[in-house]
Amino acid sequence: MGKRRVAIVGAGMTKFVRRAQETGKELAYEAAKMALDSCELTLKDVDCVSLGTAPDAFDGVHMKGEYLSDGAGGWRKPIMRPYVGGGTGVFTAIHGWLQVTSGLFDICLVVAEEKMSSCYPHPAGAFLTIFDHTTEQPLKPNLIWIFALEMRRYMETYGISHRDIALVSVKNKKNAMDHPCAQIPQEITVDDVLNSEVLADPVHLLDISPTSDGAAALVLASEHIAKKITDKPVWLDGVGWNIDTAYWATRDLCYPRYVEKAARMAYEMAGIKEPHKEIQVAEPYDPFDYKELHHMEGLLLCGKGEAPRLTAEGVTARDGNLPICPSGGLLGVGNPIAASGVMKICEIFWQLREEAGKRQVPGKPKVGLAQAWGDLMQVGTVVVMRR
Amino acid sequence: MNNKKLNFKGTALRSSDIKEKKVLTTSWKPSLQYAWDDGVAIGRYLKELKNGKIIARKCKKCGRIMIPPRMFCELCFRPTDEWVYVKDTGIINTFSISYVHWDARRIKEGEKPFIPAVIEIDGASEGMGILHVLGEVDPEDVKSGMRVKAVWKSPEERIGAITDIKYFKPIIER
Amino acid sequence: MIKKVAIVGVGYTNFRSTTPDLSYRELTYEAATKAYEEAGVDPRKDIDSFVSTAEDFFEGYSIADEYCPDQLGAVLKPVNTIAGDFLQSLITAYMMILTGRLNIVAVQAMSKASNMTTLGELELFAFDPVFNRPLAENPHFVAGLEMNRYLHDTKTTREQCAKVVVKNKKNALNNPYAGHGAKITVEDVLNSKIISYPLTHLDISPASDGAVVMVLASEEIAKKLTRKPIWIRGVGWCSDTFSLESRDWGESTSTRLAAEMAYKMADIDNPKKEIDVVELSDIYSYKELQHLEALKFCNKGEAGKMIDNGITEIGGELPVNPSGGSLGVGHLYECSGAQKTLEIVLQLRGEVGKRQVKNANIGLAHSWRGVPTTTSVIAILGN
Repeated sequence: MGKRRVAIVGAGMTKFVRRAQETGKELAYEAAKMALDSCELTLKDVDCVSLGTAPDAFDGVHMKGEYLSDGAGGWRKPIMRPYVGGGTGVFTAIHGWLQVTSGLFDICLVVAEEKMSSCYPHPAGAFLTIFDHTTEQPLKPNLIWIFALEMRRYMETYGISHRDIALVSVKNKKNAMDHPCAQIPQEITVDDVLNSEVLADPVHLLDISPTSDGAAALVLASEHIAKKITDKPVWLDGVGWNIDTAYWATRDLCYPRYVEKAARMAYEMAGIKEPHKEIQVAEPYDPFDYKELHHMEGLLLCGKGEAPRLTAEGVTARDGNLPICPSGGLLGVGNPIAASGVMKICEIFWQLREEAGKRQVPGKPKVGLAQAWGDLMQVGTVVVMRR
Repeated sequence: MNNKKLNFKGTALRSSDIKEKKVLTTSWKPSLQYAWDDGVAIGRYLKELKNGKIIARKCKKCGRIMIPPRMFCELCFRPTDEWVYVKDTGIINTFSISYVHWDARRIKEGEKPFIPAVIEIDGASEGMGILHVLGEVDPEDVKSGMRVKAVWKSPEERIGAITDIKYFKPIIER
Repeated sequence: MIKKVAIVGVGYTNFRSTTPDLSYRELTYEAATKAYEEAGVDPRKDIDSFVSTAEDFFEGYSIADEYCPDQLGAVLKPVNTIAGDFLQSLITAYMMILTGRLNIVAVQAMSKASNMTTLGELELFAFDPVFNRPLAENPHFVAGLEMNRYLHDTKTTREQCAKVVVKNKKNALNNPYAGHGAKITVEDVLNSKIISYPLTHLDISPASDGAVVMVLASEEIAKKLTRKPIWIRGVGWCSDTFSLESRDWGESTSTRLAAEMAYKMADIDNPKKEIDVVELSDIYSYKELQHLEALKFCNKGEAGKMIDNGITEIGGELPVNPSGGSLGVGHLYECSGAQKTLEIVLQLRGEVGKRQVKNANIGLAHSWRGVPTTTSVIAILGN
């Protein structure tokens, strides 16, 4: 037993929007239904469910995994809610991988949902309580503060300019113009980013992904079943996850060492020795533009401080040597926290199957990667996928 | 599905749909309250803040002097050994100039922006910082690496909270 | 047969109404230190992965999982949280080891219920925001509805439910870690204040604080680490519908389905004969009886007779909640399943003194997540 190979055989998602008419349950249902339909399965075929959804404060329901369970297809099934903050989306797929690799189940439905707009007047309010209740919350921090602090540290350590970073926002929002689910596809310039409203310097409005409602889902299957379901399975060959200390102000914020640890775990499992050569398309987590660069470095896709250069040279463009966030990422498609991580896996799934339509990267890629990040700049979750 | 066109669901609402009551809404204001036990380490930390002092804990195994203090060393996974007073001065590791409140409301016209910073406290181990805000300084003058000192509330005003320090201000070097 | 996984170390604090001396971090640190010492492992070197258990609003944090690594010795390690019951975290750790890629995994849960000063409002916040929350005053009404339907369907009496309270609080008197042991009578229960008819104040388990950490290991390593490994023989978990409007009020369907899964895995055909000791969810008194039926220890409507006949007493044929259960130990929220599992581990090892069940070789731990949920989780453990 153990070490069974697991494949993704189906994927689905809803449109990502600022405020959805659908309830959280309905969003979860729509994504799950689409994923099942895509591989011609029904809920009857599903053995277990992994449900991912981030802070309960968004939906405004305590124990919201319980509330969402029937929408996510969990009715009278083994359903569980793994949770690692913003890293939840990718970890939910890893949890699904566990369920199948362990040998307990053959088919797992992975569903991630977020309905941030329920939190009123602004979803950002839910983030106050991510800070330490005694030593930090009395200072009334905004979530953006920690990103601004991290972004400045990254820029000052490696001598990176805001202009270098803004290129990521320009690229991803443009890529999103080809994504039918995208919330803010835009053709903008670096100057637009630099001239946009300053929220918490150095973070400007166009450096940030929006708050969103949406859901995304995957169907995972064990090897012998996967081959019966589809002739184009995409294998989940490596998974990794890692958490750093919660005392975030005592760490050097210039480099995400927890992402590196998670990546090394996934690479070792997938037999990847030289990630910068072997990974052909990647969806690192990009809730902020500098985060994509930060994560490329943590994922060992380039050296420390080198990601801006690769971006400027067009290496990370959709037709470049190493396409990064061809979906449009969170900056362009939107950021319903947990769902955005699964959206990234959906994108790599479609890219490796050459089903990404206008977003298809050239060269028939065989190996791809999706990554999410979360908590107090603390969690890395990584999957390596192969066709 | 390979040959079928993908059909993505999801219906976007506008703010006006709600204002004009095109969709029905319901609301709930939770009144949840907590009274967190501060425990040994943070309890002492708060008590010392009330006294106008900052206290840390030392782990003799790795030698780290840690702030905020903790009764266990998370890296050695053993109990920490002793209390160590650290200074109320430090160095700015990184900072931001924030024009938004915690709930995304923008600050009012003419109001000064917040300047949150990670401040490495003198006397604690290298890189040991805390989150706080800066004051008595123009935003354009703030630099990483700048030395700062705590500005305390008066002893009567202090309650044993992180806000007993009003803010940190730059130390003017002569 | 699925490759074996064993519990090789447990650590726990006492369970008390309040724990004002320790922060949540310090409480978990105490449990973790004890568990690692017992298992003989160093978390910084030996443990491959950590699973914590947390719900945002129980902890009072958004993204509560942020605050789990330090006190577990899990900094820069693979750590994840399960927003569920400890038993679901235990199952996640079990699956991790079954993958053959991770060998030693630690599992944690903690309750600081005393810090939630608006518990009723908080539990209400779990209800459907559109259909149910505006109608509800007190979350216990769901248990009142369910209890009434259960009594009606099965002809079980309120007295029989009260006997569960008497038994469990009595058992807790012999349990040093339990916080709510008492010598009371059936009349005391029936005459205590009605909270939501037919449920009285004493039918409801009191909230408590505490923390539990366990260390799990693969077969090969478990045998090296301990002479008394407690093997995980079967697991099951299930959620029935969340909707109050369409659930089955008379029985615990989720428990029945989870039990079917766990019994199949553990190869158990006759639970009453094959299982020696049971810790099951008794957040409300009637739940112990309802769960006994769902777990197939008797037919529907027969659990009342089991308590009448002393079958579920410590010296009985099928001892149930020898620890005192949630009624006697205290309701620990997401840590509930941890206390149940802990008691089974200690019973199977023969380490509980006066409340020891004789010849305990196979035990069952069960947890239900409380109102308004229909989520139940089971682990079957064996020597």
